[in-house]
Amino acid sequence: MKDLLERLNTKYNLTDIKYQRDNLVFLTIGKENTIDLVTHLRDYEGFTHFVLLSCVDWIEEGKFQLTYFLNQPERKYDIAIRTMIDRDNAEMVSAHHLWRQITTYQRELREMYGINFPGSPGVDENFILEGWDDIPPMRREFDTKQYSEDTFFPREGRKTHDPASYMKEKLYPTEPTTDKVNKTDE
Amino acid sequence: MTEDNFKMSNKQEEEVSKFFAPENEKRKVETPDGEIIEINPLQDYFSDARPKVHHPNTSKVVEKFLNWARAESLWVLGFGTGCGSIEIPPLLTPRFDAFRFGVQMRPTPRQSNVIIISGYLAVKTLKRVIRSYEQMQNPKYVLALGSCTINGGMYFDSYNTINRLDYYIPVDVYVAGCMPRPEALLSGFGKLKELIKAGKGEKANEYVEKFDWYKANQKKIIQDWNMPDYNW
Repeated sequence: MKDLLERLNTKYNLTDIKYQRDNLVFLTIGKENTIDLVTHLRDYEGFTHFVLLSCVDWIEEGKFQLTYFLNQPERKYDIAIRTMIDRDNAEMVSAHHLWRQITTYQRELREMYGINFPGSPGVDENFILEGWDDIPPMRREFDTKQYSEDTFFPREGRKTHDPASYMKEKLYPTEPTTDKVNKTDE
Repeated sequence: MTEDNFKMSNKQEEEVSKFFAPENEKRKVETPDGEIIEINPLQDYFSDARPKVHHPNTSKVVEKFLNWARAESLWVLGFGTGCGSIEIPPLLTPRFDAFRFGVQMRPTPRQSNVIIISGYLAVKTLKRVIRSYEQMQNPKYVLALGSCTINGGMYFDSYNTINRLDYYIPVDVYVAGCMPRPEALLSGFGKLKELIKAGKGEKANEYVEKFDWYKANQKKIIQDWNMPDYNW
């Protein structure tokens, strides 16, 4: 794995290289070279299995982090290629020509995060949500609880009582006045 | 929504018809009444008529007998949503043996009269549930499993699952739990039988009476309503 990384380092500008295990490494690369690197790994280094494409919303930094996760079946290597893209008008180069299943991932990211992948087949079609007209639901500025309350007719919750005052009220409906107490004592 | 929304324009039809196989071309058919009508095999045919209230039999004795018969043959639509769909298959095994209560599974809505909403219901699935429910024939009953159908359960704040099922289709029996065991489901069937035998399984009529309210709720949730309003 180390020699592979050295070879890659001569060609690409890799940052944040982090070994999770001996055979699993996370690395970050600029947006422009990402698909280059993925293609290179597939065609020259034997990373023939595409595992997943996922996204993390870094709202404070104004970025989306895409992760392309590749696997090398012969030597059991896993490599995760991360890239940061802008949150506003989020757009990424489509990689559907490398593996067909990336089309599905890209449709999902388009719907859930609003990231555009120009040229990817059917990327604008409905994936899970049908006729969604709000902001994409997996973006962190989307308030899912508020949306649910506004849309889905929430059932009123059950009443809760403060145990001390409730039991007092129930067991002693009216407190005995001081006059009566004095009279009975006499 | 009218039938026109589902029709192609004449120009579109001409363009598309070049590629038709012979069995897909328009043809004239004689109906059982002797009337000759034109059939387009590629068009969806459905009824736009509003549903009607199913009145009980005028004779109380007959109605009681019918209710007994209805209660003893509950045919369940094989339709699973959420995690509860895993609880249904054990019902048909010898351990729980739902057949002894007259409960059996059917593959299509036309053959069944009970629909089990077995857990959380995504908006996308709700659309299919409504179509299936409306295609079922009277008398029909709804059995809702799990807390998700009651108040949203653990998905109460999800953007994609509904909170209360009874706003969209009328529910006869709720089985609470997360997730209810098959025994609880059998007990729910027992309760449903009691209701039917007492003549209280009339929720399908309630759906008809409050039809506009139900449709308004359904259309508020389902943004792309691309199906007929009533399609039985």
